[in-house]
Amino acid sequence: MPSLAINVESLTKIFVAGAAPAVDAIAFSVPPGRICGLLGGNGAGKTTTISMLLGILVPTSGRIELLGHDMRRHRFRALPQINFSSPYVDLPGRLTVRENLTVFGRLYGVRDLAARIAELARELELGSLLDRKTGSLSSGQKTRAALAKALVNRPALLLLDEPTASLDPDTADQVRGLLETYARREGAAILLASHNMGEVERLCAEVLMMKAGRIVDRGTPDALIARYGRNDMEQVFLDIARREEA
Amino acid sequence: MTESLSRIAAMLLRHYYLFRGSWTRIFDLMYWPVLQMVIWGFITVFLNQHSNWFAQAAGVLIGAVLLWDVLVRAQFGFTLSLLEEMWSRNLANLFVAPLRPYEFGLSLMAMGIIRSAIGVVPAALLAIPLFHYSIFEMGLPLLAFWSMLIMLGWSIGLGIAALLFRFGLAAESYAWASIFLIQPVSGVWYPVDVLPGWLQPVAWALPTTHVFEGMRAVLINGTFRWDLFASAFALNILYLALGFGAFLYAFARARQRGQLLQSSE
Repeated sequence: MPSLAINVESLTKIFVAGAAPAVDAIAFSVPPGRICGLLGGNGAGKTTTISMLLGILVPTSGRIELLGHDMRRHRFRALPQINFSSPYVDLPGRLTVRENLTVFGRLYGVRDLAARIAELARELELGSLLDRKTGSLSSGQKTRAALAKALVNRPALLLLDEPTASLDPDTADQVRGLLETYARREGAAILLASHNMGEVERLCAEVLMMKAGRIVDRGTPDALIARYGRNDMEQVFLDIARREEA
Repeated sequence: MTESLSRIAAMLLRHYYLFRGSWTRIFDLMYWPVLQMVIWGFITVFLNQHSNWFAQAAGVLIGAVLLWDVLVRAQFGFTLSLLEEMWSRNLANLFVAPLRPYEFGLSLMAMGIIRSAIGVVPAALLAIPLFHYSIFEMGLPLLAFWSMLIMLGWSIGLGIAALLFRFGLAAESYAWASIFLIQPVSGVWYPVDVLPGWLQPVAWALPTTHVFEGMRAVLINGTFRWDLFASAFALNILYLALGFGAFLYAFARARQRGQLLQSSE
Protein backbone atom coordinates (compact mmCIF):
# COMPACT_ATOMS: atom_id res chain seq x y z
CA MET A 1 0.00 0.00 0.00
CA PRO A 2 1.39 3.48 -0.86
CA SER A 3 2.37 5.70 2.05
CA LEU A 4 -0.12 8.38 0.97
CA ALA A 5 -3.68 7.90 -0.29
CA ILE A 6 -3.80 11.49 -1.52
CA ASN A 7 -0.84 13.66 -2.40
CA VAL A 8 -1.63 17.02 -3.98
CA GLU A 9 0.98 19.59 -4.98
CA SER A 10 0.39 23.15 -6.25
CA LEU A 11 -3.06 22.22 -7.53
CA THR A 12 -4.65 25.10 -9.44
CA LYS A 13 -7.81 25.48 -11.49
CA ILE A 14 -8.58 28.58 -13.53
CA PHE A 15 -11.86 28.32 -15.45
CA VAL A 16 -11.60 31.63 -17.30
CA ALA A 17 -8.27 33.15 -18.31
CA GLY A 18 -7.63 36.31 -16.30
CA ALA A 19 -10.24 35.48 -13.66
CA ALA A 20 -9.39 34.53 -10.08
CA PRO A 21 -8.47 30.84 -9.69
CA ALA A 22 -11.25 28.59 -8.40
CA VAL A 23 -8.49 26.60 -6.68
CA ASP A 24 -5.20 28.35 -6.07
CA ALA A 25 -2.01 26.33 -5.67
CA ILE A 26 -3.21 24.09 -2.84
CA ALA A 27 -1.11 21.28 -1.41
CA PHE A 28 -2.07 18.57 1.05
CA SER A 29 -1.75 14.88 1.68
CA VAL A 30 -3.84 12.23 3.40
CA PRO A 31 -2.38 8.90 4.57
CA PRO A 32 -4.33 5.62 4.37
CA GLY A 33 -6.83 5.08 7.17
CA ARG A 34 -7.29 8.77 7.91
CA ILE A 35 -10.46 10.83 7.59
CA CYS A 36 -9.70 14.37 6.45
CA GLY A 37 -12.25 17.20 6.37
CA LEU A 38 -12.45 19.82 3.65
CA LEU A 39 -14.27 22.86 5.00
CA GLY A 40 -15.20 26.16 3.48
CA GLY A 41 -18.14 28.33 2.52
CA ASN A 42 -19.96 28.19 -0.79
CA GLY A 43 -17.53 28.88 -3.64
CA ALA A 44 -14.48 28.11 -1.51
CA GLY A 45 -13.30 25.48 -4.01
CA LYS A 46 -14.22 22.23 -2.22
CA THR A 47 -16.24 20.68 -5.05
CA THR A 48 -13.71 21.86 -7.64
CA THR A 49 -10.96 20.19 -5.62
CA ILE A 50 -12.90 16.93 -5.30
CA SER A 51 -13.75 16.98 -9.02
CA MET A 52 -10.06 17.32 -9.89
CA LEU A 53 -9.15 14.48 -7.54
CA LEU A 54 -11.75 12.28 -9.23
CA GLY A 55 -10.48 13.11 -12.71
CA ILE A 56 -13.73 14.59 -14.01
CA LEU A 57 -12.13 18.04 -14.02
CA VAL A 58 -8.68 18.66 -15.49
CA PRO A 59 -6.44 20.90 -13.36
CA THR A 60 -4.86 23.97 -14.92
CA SER A 61 -1.61 23.06 -13.20
CA GLY A 62 -0.27 21.04 -10.31
CA ARG A 63 0.04 17.38 -9.52
CA ILE A 64 -2.38 14.83 -8.06
CA GLU A 65 -1.25 11.42 -6.92
CA LEU A 66 -3.89 9.03 -5.60
CA LEU A 67 -2.94 5.67 -4.10
CA GLY A 68 0.47 6.06 -5.70
CA HIS A 69 -0.88 6.77 -9.21
CA ASP A 70 -0.31 10.01 -11.10
CA MET A 71 -3.86 11.03 -12.04
CA ARG A 72 -2.78 12.90 -15.17
CA ARG A 73 -1.13 9.82 -16.70
CA HIS A 74 -2.58 6.77 -14.94
CA ARG A 75 -6.09 7.77 -13.90
CA PHE A 76 -7.63 4.42 -14.84
CA ARG A 77 -5.21 2.53 -12.58
CA ALA A 78 -6.47 4.46 -9.56
CA LEU A 79 -10.21 4.70 -10.35
CA PRO A 80 -11.12 1.05 -9.54
CA GLN A 81 -9.96 1.71 -5.95
CA ILE A 82 -11.75 5.05 -5.54
CA ASN A 83 -15.40 6.02 -5.19
CA PHE A 84 -17.48 9.03 -4.27
CA SER A 85 -20.87 10.42 -3.49
CA SER A 86 -22.11 13.94 -3.97
CA PRO A 87 -25.40 15.80 -3.80
CA TYR A 88 -24.64 17.01 -7.34
CA VAL A 89 -25.21 13.56 -8.81
CA ASP A 90 -27.98 10.98 -8.51
CA LEU A 91 -28.41 7.31 -9.18
CA PRO A 92 -30.82 6.56 -12.04
CA GLY A 93 -34.25 6.95 -10.44
CA ARG A 94 -36.05 4.34 -12.59
CA LEU A 95 -33.71 1.56 -11.50
CA THR A 96 -34.17 -0.15 -8.16
CA VAL A 97 -31.46 0.25 -5.54
CA ARG A 98 -30.38 -3.35 -6.16
CA GLU A 99 -30.19 -2.78 -9.93
CA ASN A 100 -28.12 0.38 -9.45
CA LEU A 101 -25.73 -1.40 -7.10
CA THR A 102 -25.47 -4.30 -9.55
CA VAL A 103 -24.62 -2.00 -12.47
CA PHE A 104 -22.00 -0.04 -10.52
CA GLY A 105 -20.63 -3.19 -8.93
CA ARG A 106 -20.04 -4.57 -12.42
CA LEU A 107 -18.51 -1.33 -13.64
CA TYR A 108 -16.02 -1.58 -10.77
CA GLY A 109 -15.46 -5.28 -11.35
CA VAL A 110 -16.66 -6.30 -7.86
CA ARG A 111 -16.44 -10.03 -7.20
CA ASP A 112 -19.20 -11.86 -5.35
CA LEU A 113 -21.43 -8.87 -5.95
CA ALA A 114 -24.63 -10.34 -4.53
CA ALA A 115 -22.92 -10.92 -1.17
CA ARG A 116 -21.45 -7.40 -1.22
CA ILE A 117 -24.89 -5.88 -1.90
CA ALA A 118 -26.38 -7.91 0.96
CA GLU A 119 -23.58 -6.73 3.25
CA LEU A 120 -24.14 -3.07 2.30
CA ALA A 121 -27.89 -3.44 2.73
CA ARG A 122 -27.29 -4.70 6.27
CA GLU A 123 -24.80 -1.99 7.18
CA LEU A 124 -26.85 0.87 5.73
CA GLU A 125 -30.26 -0.59 6.63
CA LEU A 126 -31.29 -0.75 2.99
CA GLY A 127 -32.79 -4.25 3.11
CA SER A 128 -36.40 -3.19 2.66
CA LEU A 129 -35.42 -0.62 0.02
CA LEU A 130 -33.33 -2.81 -2.28
CA ASP A 131 -36.17 -3.60 -4.65
CA ARG A 132 -37.72 -0.16 -4.67
CA LYS A 133 -37.13 2.33 -7.49
CA THR A 134 -34.40 4.71 -6.39
CA GLY A 135 -36.45 7.68 -7.60
CA SER A 136 -39.27 6.79 -5.20
CA LEU A 137 -37.05 6.99 -2.10
CA SER A 138 -37.02 9.88 0.37
CA SER A 139 -33.98 12.15 0.21
CA GLY A 140 -32.49 10.47 3.28
CA GLN A 141 -33.00 7.01 1.76
CA LYS A 142 -31.41 8.22 -1.50
CA THR A 143 -28.40 9.45 0.45
CA ARG A 144 -27.99 5.98 1.98
CA ALA A 145 -28.34 4.35 -1.45
CA ALA A 146 -25.69 6.74 -2.82
CA LEU A 147 -23.41 5.79 0.07
CA ALA A 148 -23.94 2.11 -0.71
CA LYS A 149 -22.89 2.81 -4.31
CA ALA A 150 -19.86 4.71 -2.98
CA LEU A 151 -18.83 1.70 -0.89
CA VAL A 152 -19.72 -1.07 -3.35
CA ASN A 153 -16.12 -1.57 -4.55
CA ARG A 154 -14.59 -1.35 -1.04
CA PRO A 155 -12.66 1.77 -2.05
CA ALA A 156 -9.24 2.46 -0.58
CA LEU A 157 -10.04 6.14 -1.07
CA LEU A 158 -13.49 7.60 -0.57
CA LEU A 159 -14.41 11.16 -1.54
CA LEU A 160 -17.62 12.34 0.07
CA ASP A 161 -19.43 15.62 -0.48
CA GLU A 162 -21.99 16.23 2.32
CA PRO A 163 -22.45 12.50 3.07
CA THR A 164 -25.07 12.98 5.77
CA ALA A 165 -27.09 15.76 4.16
CA SER A 166 -30.84 14.99 4.32
CA LEU A 167 -30.39 12.30 6.96
CA ASP A 168 -32.26 12.43 10.26
CA PRO A 169 -29.97 12.73 13.32
CA ASP A 170 -30.26 9.05 14.21
CA THR A 171 -29.43 7.78 10.70
CA ALA A 172 -26.71 10.41 10.26
CA ASP A 173 -25.12 9.19 13.48
CA GLN A 174 -25.22 5.59 12.24
CA VAL A 175 -23.65 6.60 8.92
CA ARG A 176 -20.84 8.45 10.74
CA GLY A 177 -20.23 5.33 12.80
CA LEU A 178 -20.16 3.26 9.62
CA LEU A 179 -17.63 5.58 7.98
CA GLU A 180 -15.40 5.51 11.08
CA THR A 181 -15.54 1.73 11.18
CA TYR A 182 -14.98 1.44 7.43
CA ALA A 183 -11.88 3.67 7.46
CA ARG A 184 -10.43 1.76 10.43
CA ARG A 185 -11.30 -1.74 9.21
CA GLU A 186 -10.26 -1.29 5.56
CA GLY A 187 -7.43 1.18 6.16
CA ALA A 188 -9.24 3.49 3.75
CA ALA A 189 -8.68 7.22 3.47
CA ILE A 190 -11.73 9.46 3.37
CA LEU A 191 -11.83 13.06 2.18
CA LEU A 192 -15.00 14.61 3.49
CA ALA A 193 -16.50 17.95 2.44
CA SER A 194 -19.12 18.95 4.95
CA HIS A 195 -20.93 21.92 6.44
CA ASN A 196 -21.81 19.91 9.53
CA MET A 197 -19.18 20.98 12.05
CA GLY A 198 -20.21 18.40 14.63
CA GLU A 199 -19.62 15.73 12.04
CA VAL A 200 -16.20 17.14 11.19
CA GLU A 201 -15.19 17.27 14.87
CA ARG A 202 -16.25 13.68 15.40
CA LEU A 203 -14.83 12.09 12.25
CA CYS A 204 -11.85 14.06 11.03
CA ALA A 205 -8.29 13.61 12.22
CA GLU A 206 -7.32 16.63 10.14
CA VAL A 207 -9.24 19.57 8.73
CA LEU A 208 -8.35 21.73 5.74
CA MET A 209 -10.02 25.15 5.84
CA MET A 210 -10.62 26.56 2.34
CA LYS A 211 -11.51 30.09 1.33
CA ALA A 212 -11.44 31.67 -2.13
CA GLY A 213 -9.67 28.65 -3.57
CA ARG A 214 -6.90 28.52 -0.98
CA ILE A 215 -6.22 26.42 2.08
CA VAL A 216 -6.10 29.15 4.72
CA ASP A 217 -5.56 26.93 7.74
CA ARG A 218 -5.25 23.28 8.68
CA GLY A 219 -4.88 21.04 11.69
CA THR A 220 -6.76 18.70 13.97
CA PRO A 221 -10.16 19.97 15.12
CA ASP A 222 -8.83 20.33 18.68
CA ALA A 223 -5.76 22.24 17.51
CA LEU A 224 -7.86 24.61 15.38
CA ILE A 225 -10.32 25.21 18.22
CA ALA A 226 -7.42 25.97 20.60
CA ARG A 227 -5.59 28.17 18.05
CA TYR A 228 -8.64 30.37 17.49
CA GLY A 229 -9.58 30.36 21.19
CA ARG A 230 -13.08 29.05 20.41
CA ASN A 231 -15.34 26.36 21.82
CA ASP A 232 -16.10 24.37 18.69
CA MET A 233 -15.45 24.07 14.96
CA GLU A 234 -18.54 26.07 14.02
CA GLN A 235 -17.08 29.11 15.77
CA VAL A 236 -13.72 28.48 14.12
CA PHE A 237 -15.43 28.27 10.72
CA LEU A 238 -17.25 31.57 11.28
CA ASP A 239 -14.11 33.19 12.67
CA ILE A 240 -12.07 32.31 9.60
CA ALA A 241 -14.82 33.28 7.16
CA ARG A 242 -15.46 36.69 8.77
CA ARG A 243 -11.87 37.52 9.73
CA GLU A 244 -10.69 37.05 6.18
CA GLU A 245 -13.44 39.30 4.86
CA ALA A 246 -12.54 42.18 7.18
CA MET B 1 -10.12 -6.57 -23.01
CA THR B 2 -12.32 -8.80 -20.84
CA GLU B 3 -12.67 -6.04 -18.26
CA SER B 4 -13.55 -3.60 -21.00
CA LEU B 5 -16.28 -5.88 -22.38
CA SER B 6 -17.54 -6.42 -18.85
CA ARG B 7 -17.97 -2.65 -18.36
CA ILE B 8 -19.76 -2.30 -21.70
CA ALA B 9 -22.02 -5.20 -20.66
CA ALA B 10 -22.71 -3.40 -17.37
CA MET B 11 -23.90 -0.36 -19.32
CA LEU B 12 -26.17 -2.54 -21.46
CA LEU B 13 -27.50 -4.16 -18.29
CA ARG B 14 -28.32 -0.67 -16.99
CA HIS B 15 -30.52 -0.07 -20.07
CA TYR B 16 -32.06 -3.54 -19.86
CA TYR B 17 -33.13 -2.74 -16.29
CA LEU B 18 -34.58 0.53 -17.54
CA PHE B 19 -36.68 -1.26 -20.19
CA ARG B 20 -37.68 -4.03 -17.79
CA GLY B 21 -39.02 -1.49 -15.34
CA SER B 22 -40.79 0.63 -17.95
CA TRP B 23 -42.75 -1.20 -20.67
CA THR B 24 -44.07 2.11 -21.95
CA ARG B 25 -40.56 2.85 -23.24
CA ILE B 26 -40.65 -0.24 -25.44
CA PHE B 27 -44.11 0.70 -26.73
CA ASP B 28 -42.81 4.20 -27.41
CA LEU B 29 -39.95 2.79 -29.51
CA MET B 30 -42.37 0.79 -31.69
CA TYR B 31 -45.12 3.39 -32.01
CA TRP B 32 -43.76 5.74 -34.71
CA PRO B 33 -42.20 3.08 -36.98
CA VAL B 34 -45.47 1.11 -37.00
CA LEU B 35 -47.54 4.23 -37.60
CA GLN B 36 -45.29 5.39 -40.47
CA MET B 37 -45.34 1.95 -42.02
CA VAL B 38 -49.16 1.80 -41.94
CA ILE B 39 -49.53 5.28 -43.49
CA TRP B 40 -47.03 4.62 -46.29
CA GLY B 41 -48.48 1.13 -46.76
CA PHE B 42 -51.90 2.59 -47.59
CA ILE B 43 -50.32 5.23 -49.84
CA THR B 44 -48.57 2.39 -51.67
CA VAL B 45 -51.86 0.52 -52.09
CA PHE B 46 -53.45 3.67 -53.56
CA LEU B 47 -50.51 4.42 -55.87
CA ASN B 48 -50.36 0.81 -57.07
CA GLN B 49 -53.94 1.18 -58.29
CA HIS B 50 -53.22 4.43 -60.16
CA SER B 51 -49.65 4.18 -61.41
CA ASN B 52 -47.98 1.58 -63.58
CA TRP B 53 -44.57 2.61 -62.26
CA PHE B 54 -45.54 1.99 -58.65
CA ALA B 55 -47.30 -1.22 -59.57
CA GLN B 56 -44.01 -2.46 -61.03
CA ALA B 57 -42.00 -1.28 -58.04
CA ALA B 58 -44.16 -2.62 -55.28
CA GLY B 59 -42.76 -2.06 -51.84
CA VAL B 60 -40.45 0.83 -52.71
CA LEU B 61 -42.22 3.21 -50.35
CA ILE B 62 -42.72 0.71 -47.51
CA GLY B 63 -39.09 -0.41 -47.89
CA ALA B 64 -37.99 3.21 -47.80
CA VAL B 65 -39.99 4.04 -44.68
CA LEU B 66 -38.68 0.97 -42.85
CA LEU B 67 -35.07 1.62 -43.81
CA TRP B 68 -35.37 5.31 -42.97
CA ASP B 69 -36.65 4.31 -39.54
CA VAL B 70 -33.61 2.05 -39.07
CA LEU B 71 -31.48 5.20 -39.37
CA VAL B 72 -33.72 7.38 -37.21
CA ARG B 73 -34.07 4.79 -34.44
CA ALA B 74 -30.33 4.02 -34.45
CA GLN B 75 -29.52 7.70 -33.94
CA PHE B 76 -32.32 8.23 -31.41
CA GLY B 77 -31.29 5.04 -29.60
CA PHE B 78 -27.71 6.23 -29.33
CA THR B 79 -28.65 9.75 -28.23
CA LEU B 80 -31.47 8.73 -25.92
CA SER B 81 -29.16 6.42 -24.01
CA LEU B 82 -26.85 9.37 -23.34
CA LEU B 83 -29.76 11.65 -22.47
CA GLU B 84 -31.01 9.08 -19.94
CA GLU B 85 -27.72 9.55 -18.05
CA MET B 86 -27.97 13.34 -18.25
CA TRP B 87 -31.62 13.47 -17.19
CA SER B 88 -30.85 11.28 -14.17
CA ARG B 89 -27.68 13.30 -13.32
CA ASN B 90 -25.66 10.10 -13.49
CA LEU B 91 -22.79 11.09 -15.82
CA ALA B 92 -20.34 11.90 -13.03
CA ASN B 93 -21.06 8.56 -11.32
CA LEU B 94 -20.16 6.79 -14.57
CA PHE B 95 -17.00 8.73 -15.31
CA VAL B 96 -15.49 8.40 -11.83
CA ALA B 97 -15.93 4.64 -12.31
CA PRO B 98 -13.27 2.91 -14.43
CA LEU B 99 -15.48 3.31 -17.53
CA ARG B 100 -13.41 4.66 -20.44
CA PRO B 101 -15.03 7.24 -22.75
CA TYR B 102 -14.66 4.88 -25.73
CA GLU B 103 -16.35 2.08 -23.75
CA PHE B 104 -19.20 4.46 -22.99
CA GLY B 105 -19.35 5.36 -26.70
CA LEU B 106 -19.42 1.68 -27.71
CA SER B 107 -22.21 0.98 -25.24
CA LEU B 108 -24.23 3.82 -26.79
CA MET B 109 -23.60 2.34 -30.24
CA ALA B 110 -24.84 -1.07 -29.07
CA MET B 111 -27.94 0.62 -27.65
CA GLY B 112 -28.46 2.26 -31.04
CA ILE B 113 -28.67 -1.19 -32.64
CA ILE B 114 -30.91 -2.61 -29.91
CA ARG B 115 -33.34 0.30 -29.82
CA SER B 116 -33.46 0.39 -33.62
CA ALA B 117 -34.28 -3.33 -33.76
CA ILE B 118 -37.00 -2.99 -31.09
CA GLY B 119 -38.52 -0.15 -33.08
CA VAL B 120 -38.30 -1.35 -36.66
CA VAL B 121 -38.58 -5.17 -36.57
CA PRO B 122 -42.21 -5.18 -35.30
CA ALA B 123 -43.17 -2.70 -38.04
CA ALA B 124 -41.43 -4.83 -40.67
CA LEU B 125 -43.21 -7.96 -39.42
CA LEU B 126 -46.58 -6.19 -39.34
CA ALA B 127 -46.16 -5.11 -42.96
CA ILE B 128 -46.28 -8.78 -44.04
CA PRO B 129 -49.92 -9.52 -43.08
CA LEU B 130 -51.14 -5.95 -43.64
CA PHE B 131 -49.66 -5.21 -47.07
CA HIS B 132 -48.27 -8.57 -48.21
CA TYR B 133 -44.85 -6.97 -48.28
CA SER B 134 -41.81 -8.49 -46.61
CA ILE B 135 -38.69 -6.38 -46.52
CA PHE B 136 -36.83 -9.55 -45.54
CA GLU B 137 -37.30 -10.86 -49.09
CA MET B 138 -34.55 -8.45 -50.11
CA GLY B 139 -32.18 -10.97 -48.56
CA LEU B 140 -28.50 -10.10 -48.12
CA PRO B 141 -28.80 -6.61 -49.66
CA LEU B 142 -31.08 -5.75 -46.74
CA LEU B 143 -28.23 -6.59 -44.36
CA ALA B 144 -25.94 -4.29 -46.35
CA PHE B 145 -28.44 -1.39 -46.30
CA TRP B 146 -29.19 -1.95 -42.61
CA SER B 147 -25.53 -1.92 -41.59
CA MET B 148 -24.83 1.26 -43.60
CA LEU B 149 -27.76 3.07 -41.98
CA ILE B 150 -26.80 1.91 -38.48
CA MET B 151 -23.28 3.25 -39.05
CA LEU B 152 -24.60 6.65 -40.13
CA GLY B 153 -26.95 6.67 -37.12
CA TRP B 154 -23.90 6.17 -34.90
CA SER B 155 -21.98 8.97 -36.61
CA ILE B 156 -24.82 11.47 -36.19
CA GLY B 157 -25.34 10.23 -32.60
CA LEU B 158 -21.66 10.80 -31.83
CA GLY B 159 -21.87 14.33 -33.23
CA ILE B 160 -24.95 15.11 -31.17
CA ALA B 161 -23.29 13.62 -28.08
CA ALA B 162 -20.44 16.06 -28.66
CA LEU B 163 -22.97 18.92 -28.68
CA LEU B 164 -24.59 17.58 -25.49
CA PHE B 165 -21.20 17.39 -23.74
CA ARG B 166 -20.46 20.94 -24.86
CA PHE B 167 -23.83 22.64 -24.29
CA GLY B 168 -25.58 20.29 -21.85
CA LEU B 169 -29.33 19.72 -22.08
CA ALA B 170 -29.69 23.07 -23.84
CA ALA B 171 -28.70 21.14 -26.99
CA GLU B 172 -31.37 18.48 -26.46
CA SER B 173 -33.57 19.67 -29.34
CA TYR B 174 -30.75 18.83 -31.80
CA ALA B 175 -31.04 15.23 -30.65
CA TRP B 176 -34.52 14.98 -32.16
CA ALA B 177 -34.31 17.37 -35.10
CA SER B 178 -30.87 16.90 -36.69
CA ILE B 179 -31.55 13.64 -38.49
CA PHE B 180 -34.47 15.12 -40.43
CA LEU B 181 -32.20 17.79 -41.91
CA ILE B 182 -30.68 15.19 -44.24
CA GLN B 183 -33.97 13.52 -45.21
CA PRO B 184 -34.87 15.83 -48.16
CA VAL B 185 -31.47 15.24 -49.81
CA SER B 186 -31.13 11.53 -49.02
CA GLY B 187 -33.31 10.28 -51.87
CA VAL B 188 -35.52 8.38 -49.44
CA TRP B 189 -38.79 8.77 -51.35
CA TYR B 190 -37.55 9.91 -54.77
CA PRO B 191 -34.44 9.40 -56.94
CA VAL B 192 -31.58 11.86 -56.53
CA ASP B 193 -31.92 13.15 -60.12
CA VAL B 194 -35.17 14.81 -59.01
CA LEU B 195 -33.07 17.28 -57.01
CA PRO B 196 -31.68 20.45 -58.64
CA GLY B 197 -28.20 19.98 -60.08
CA TRP B 198 -26.43 22.11 -57.50
CA LEU B 199 -27.96 20.03 -54.66
CA GLN B 200 -27.07 16.63 -56.05
CA PRO B 201 -23.39 16.68 -54.92
CA VAL B 202 -24.66 17.36 -51.39
CA ALA B 203 -26.94 14.34 -51.68
CA TRP B 204 -24.14 12.09 -52.96
CA ALA B 205 -21.97 13.11 -49.98
CA LEU B 206 -24.45 11.30 -47.73
CA PRO B 207 -24.32 7.51 -47.26
CA THR B 208 -28.14 7.51 -47.10
CA THR B 209 -28.40 8.54 -50.76
CA HIS B 210 -26.29 5.56 -51.82
CA VAL B 211 -28.38 3.24 -49.65
CA PHE B 212 -31.77 4.37 -50.95
CA GLU B 213 -30.61 4.45 -54.58
CA GLY B 214 -29.26 0.95 -53.95
CA MET B 215 -32.55 -0.16 -52.45
CA ARG B 216 -34.47 1.05 -55.52
CA ALA B 217 -31.99 -0.78 -57.76
CA VAL B 218 -32.74 -4.01 -55.89
CA LEU B 219 -36.51 -3.57 -55.79
CA ILE B 220 -37.01 -2.18 -59.30
CA ASN B 221 -34.21 -3.72 -61.37
CA GLY B 222 -33.38 -6.71 -59.20
CA THR B 223 -29.67 -5.82 -59.08
CA PHE B 224 -27.43 -5.07 -56.12
CA ARG B 225 -25.20 -2.07 -56.92
CA TRP B 226 -21.79 -2.82 -55.39
CA ASP B 227 -20.54 0.62 -56.41
CA LEU B 228 -23.21 2.30 -54.29
CA PHE B 229 -22.48 -0.02 -51.37
CA ALA B 230 -18.74 0.69 -51.56
CA SER B 231 -19.22 4.46 -51.65
CA ALA B 232 -21.73 4.31 -48.76
CA PHE B 233 -19.22 2.28 -46.74
CA ALA B 234 -16.34 4.67 -47.48
CA LEU B 235 -18.44 7.69 -46.53
CA ASN B 236 -19.56 5.96 -43.33
CA ILE B 237 -15.97 5.26 -42.29
CA LEU B 238 -15.17 8.93 -42.82
CA TYR B 239 -18.20 10.15 -40.84
CA LEU B 240 -17.61 7.62 -38.04
CA ALA B 241 -14.03 8.82 -37.68
CA LEU B 242 -15.23 12.43 -37.59
CA GLY B 243 -18.02 11.54 -35.14
CA PHE B 244 -15.71 9.67 -32.75
CA GLY B 245 -13.17 12.50 -32.98
CA ALA B 246 -15.83 15.07 -32.10
CA PHE B 247 -17.14 12.86 -29.27
CA LEU B 248 -13.72 12.37 -27.66
CA TYR B 249 -12.74 16.03 -28.17
CA ALA B 250 -15.99 17.27 -26.60
CA PHE B 251 -15.54 14.84 -23.71
CA ALA B 252 -12.00 16.13 -23.10
CA ARG B 253 -13.27 19.73 -23.22
CA ALA B 254 -16.09 18.86 -20.80
CA ARG B 255 -13.43 17.56 -18.38
CA GLN B 256 -11.57 20.84 -18.70
CA ARG B 257 -14.69 22.94 -18.15
CA GLY B 258 -16.11 20.83 -15.32
CA GLN B 259 -19.31 20.01 -17.21
CA LEU B 260 -19.43 16.32 -16.31
CA LEU B 261 -20.46 17.02 -12.73
CA GLN B 262 -23.26 19.41 -13.67
CA SER B 263 -24.41 18.48 -17.13
CA SER B 264 -27.77 20.22 -17.04
CA GLU B 265 -28.78 23.39 -18.83
